[in-house]
Amino acid sequence: MIRHLLSAADLSHEEATLILDTADEMARLTEGRAVKKLPTLRGRTVVNLFFEDSTRTRTSFELAAKRLSADVINFSAKGSSVSKGESLKDTALTLAAMGADGVVVRHSASGAAYRLATSGWISANVLNAGDGTHEHPTQALLDAFTLRRHLGDLRDRDVVIVGDVLHGRVARSNVLLLATLGARVTLVAPPTLLPLGVENWPCEVTYDLDAALPGADAVMMLRVQRERMNAAFFPSAREYSRRYGLDARRFSSLPEDAIVLHPGPMNRGMEISADVADNERSVIVEQVTNGVYVRMAVLYLMLAGSGTGSAGGEDAA
Amino acid sequence: MNGESILIRGARILGGPQGDMLLRDGVIAALGGDVDGTGARAIDADGLVALPGLVDLHTHLREPGREDAETVASGTRAAAAGGFTAVHAMANTDPVADTAGVVEQVWRLGREAGHADVRPVGAVTVGLAGERLAELGAMADSAARVRVFSDDGICVSDAVLMRRALEYVKAFDGVIAQHAQEPRLTEGAQMNESELSGRLGLRGWPSVAEEAIIARDVLLAAHVGSRLHICHLSTRGSVEIVRLAKQRGLPVTAEVTPHHLLLTEDLVSTYDARYKVNPPLRSADDVAAVREGLADGTIDIVATDHAPHPVEDKECEWDAAAFGMLGLDTALSVVQHTMVDTGLLDWSGVADRMSFAPARIGRCDSDDAAQGRPLAVGEPANVVLIDPAASRTVDARTSASLSRNSPYDGMKLPGGVVATFLRGRPTVEDGALTWI
Repeated sequence: MIRHLLSAADLSHEEATLILDTADEMARLTEGRAVKKLPTLRGRTVVNLFFEDSTRTRTSFELAAKRLSADVINFSAKGSSVSKGESLKDTALTLAAMGADGVVVRHSASGAAYRLATSGWISANVLNAGDGTHEHPTQALLDAFTLRRHLGDLRDRDVVIVGDVLHGRVARSNVLLLATLGARVTLVAPPTLLPLGVENWPCEVTYDLDAALPGADAVMMLRVQRERMNAAFFPSAREYSRRYGLDARRFSSLPEDAIVLHPGPMNRGMEISADVADNERSVIVEQVTNGVYVRMAVLYLMLAGSGTGSAGGEDAA
Repeated sequence: MNGESILIRGARILGGPQGDMLLRDGVIAALGGDVDGTGARAIDADGLVALPGLVDLHTHLREPGREDAETVASGTRAAAAGGFTAVHAMANTDPVADTAGVVEQVWRLGREAGHADVRPVGAVTVGLAGERLAELGAMADSAARVRVFSDDGICVSDAVLMRRALEYVKAFDGVIAQHAQEPRLTEGAQMNESELSGRLGLRGWPSVAEEAIIARDVLLAAHVGSRLHICHLSTRGSVEIVRLAKQRGLPVTAEVTPHHLLLTEDLVSTYDARYKVNPPLRSADDVAAVREGLADGTIDIVATDHAPHPVEDKECEWDAAAFGMLGLDTALSVVQHTMVDTGLLDWSGVADRMSFAPARIGRCDSDDAAQGRPLAVGEPANVVLIDPAASRTVDARTSASLSRNSPYDGMKLPGGVVATFLRGRPTVEDGALTWI
């Protein structure tokens, strides 16, 4: 049903809704059950190709594929061609020779997943698990899934995203997907951490966090790397925290039922204070659980219909 | 073949009226409506345009050091196929062309290959490191007679070093060709900084990083009264700065590449590294501005920045890929497409921008291997015959270059080089190289 998932922009409203509905179904079929495994992708091979360390994301994908009974191979390519290791092409040819059906790829270079999917080196379905500072579409899907569970239909809901948009693939994918789903997104960041042309993105942009909070249905805090201050994006971690951190005072200015999200890993005391992170309206841990459902949904929609796996497909090519 | 006389019949000289041209003993022996070509081999050039052999001020021949990407021989074959009779070989080889020994080696390799004259460019600083001046005088006095100095690929960003270089080369009528790129503003830069770079998540290369250096260098050149040449200018702002400098009468010249005349940053959205180049492909508005600049003479010349790279350096992630694209054998077609067929430039304008002016800037228009000379009796017989009515689909695999990184691969382009003559000897005939 889905050939590749490279960018949140690839998804229409119908496709995104289908993924979220399917994730709901995955949750229903596994939540609270002793045996959490479905036979859907038996006989299919999913490769987690990670050029960049990310235990959380890899584990989430691994669990998702295993719950669908797929064979999972973790291929951690320590050196990419960026660092003069094996080239992306040779890795792809290797995986193709091994008969991979789906490749989940994480890479430090923007566009690496796109390159893998369009190069002709491999015919497997490609799922972008984060490419450089470009996109991270399953993160956006799991965020949308989490938001939908708490807020219902996202049409005309106000979502505030705070943090490093310039280097943030989570922000890019979220803006694109939430816009597709009809939500109103407001990006909040210091001007130095906003990319050129952001004013043409399908969202609002402001430098003033305090002004954005009172109308928010949800706030998503993005991780900000302390090292950014060395490149003069902001003067100090303290100042960043004062102006753009979500602390108890700011939290109290949110509407009563507004929720707080964070893609993790958090810098407690930097972009989010410990008491906010641990508040019951913080859904950060739930995001992790939902990540597995969403990734199950995407893998299912990608791989179940397209080949000779046990779920069988109309198209056995 | 040496000593053969050739009578070119009925070519339109610089795109003007038809005439005959007799090439004998390396010079144009006769020109006009009624040339006696007794004993000469005749070439029917009806419908073809005759231009002076093209001169490229900006070519990467990669030898010594990267003979897997290009050699002096293969690069000059690609040059001949594109109608060039001279190329200026950039200094960023390995070892760097920063001594008399290396420039003389490159010059000799060019002479031995014999497909086009090779004019080595000398590095401005030792090892292109931007720390101290290379022995510019020794390179100028060498057999290679270097007149163009450039750290191309790297900007001479130190203002004092740039000032000294501009001053120093006055002693031998040299010119500094600046790769204008403010280094701090472009750390890790991957493509034009724009809304698209934000969307693609690729580190931006802002226009201001080029324009700031050009503005500074124009002021420096004015201050010390030296010649300055700007390599591969790519933005509207740069065109405006150079235009202003020329209005003030400053001795500043500038070049634009074929790819900046035709291609835009939109191509980057494929993440296909064939489109990765430095300076990066810019916006459609910048393309319009460089075309206008080339038409009105603000930009003096077209230079190819022919930059061969082996397949593995392009068949990879965007960030890991090398900067640069092929340009020699497609340059004239791109210029016809963007400038001639659009009415912005006539063929005599093309002769100026691709032959006379680059030879003048490179000071290779007056010695015993003079290039960029008028098509006139007694002048060296460096001539290219082109068929403006032809068209072709570019196939990078057929390039004479050792590399395949052409951004035009699969693209249909007008025009074709039918023949190239280097001092009366054909390097290309019937659209094919005379020897491979």
